[in-house]
Amino acid sequence: MAPDLRFEFVADKSRSTITVTREFNARRQLVWDCYTKSELLDQWFAPKPLTTKTRHMDFREGGYWHFAMITPDNQVFWNRLDYKTITPIDGYTARDGFCDEAGVVNPDLPGSDQEVSFIDQDTRTVVTTVVQYASAESLQAAVDMGLEGGIASTLSRLDELLPTLQAG
Amino acid sequence: MANQTMVLDSVFHALADPTRRAVIQRLGRGEATVSELARPFDMALPSFVKHISVLERSRLIRSYKRGRVRTCSLERDNFAAAERWLDELRAQWASRYSNLDILLAKLNGDDNGA
Repeated sequence: MAPDLRFEFVADKSRSTITVTREFNARRQLVWDCYTKSELLDQWFAPKPLTTKTRHMDFREGGYWHFAMITPDNQVFWNRLDYKTITPIDGYTARDGFCDEAGVVNPDLPGSDQEVSFIDQDTRTVVTTVVQYASAESLQAAVDMGLEGGIASTLSRLDELLPTLQAG
Repeated sequence: MANQTMVLDSVFHALADPTRRAVIQRLGRGEATVSELARPFDMALPSFVKHISVLERSRLIRSYKRGRVRTCSLERDNFAAAERWLDELRAQWASRYSNLDILLAKLNGDDNGA
């Protein structure tokens, strides 16, 4: 990376978000294409040493990108990105989830919501991605379900409860 | 990679709440009983106990009981691991972006040569 290309990675634990900002030495249309065309995504999306392989790409609102990230020893992680809103070439929002080879999302694994925006910076482009981890509702629901069995306001009840939560 | 996201999720959830963040901070100074931990907060005990449960579930704290007293302590290794996982996540993003730099340079080079 050229030393003057901006890169910021900020985790906000209070909001369960990660905000990543990165400047690219290319014009916005080209950067947009790299984010939205599967033949280009396959060339960069997975972090090294993994590689990306698209199974299905339909970049439109309501469409999705179904792809695998493959390790050097051939472990395969299937993902899908479901596109919610698209405003070419300003940005898009999507839901990121783990799935299987058939593209069925795993309801037990947490996913995340992403908002990606593209801004001109002279001849360069700044891409900002806000990743919202979806832990709050799903984990809270699981904790609440374990707790709603009539907790009394005594410490002894906590003793019965904690081992069952820890077994998870 | 799936495990990393799950850990990050549960840690994020654990730390998303100011009461829980305060409990972590207090436990960073040494172990404490649930009563001691609850004292600074203006909430009913069952509500406070929910927060302790979330922290235990995320493995950021552990607790043991002696007699009728439950004592909590910070799982320092897990807490440090959570911080390391964020570093690893950052490195993953950096790697994919470096891949994209190379692709963009190649695409720009192709355009210029056309």
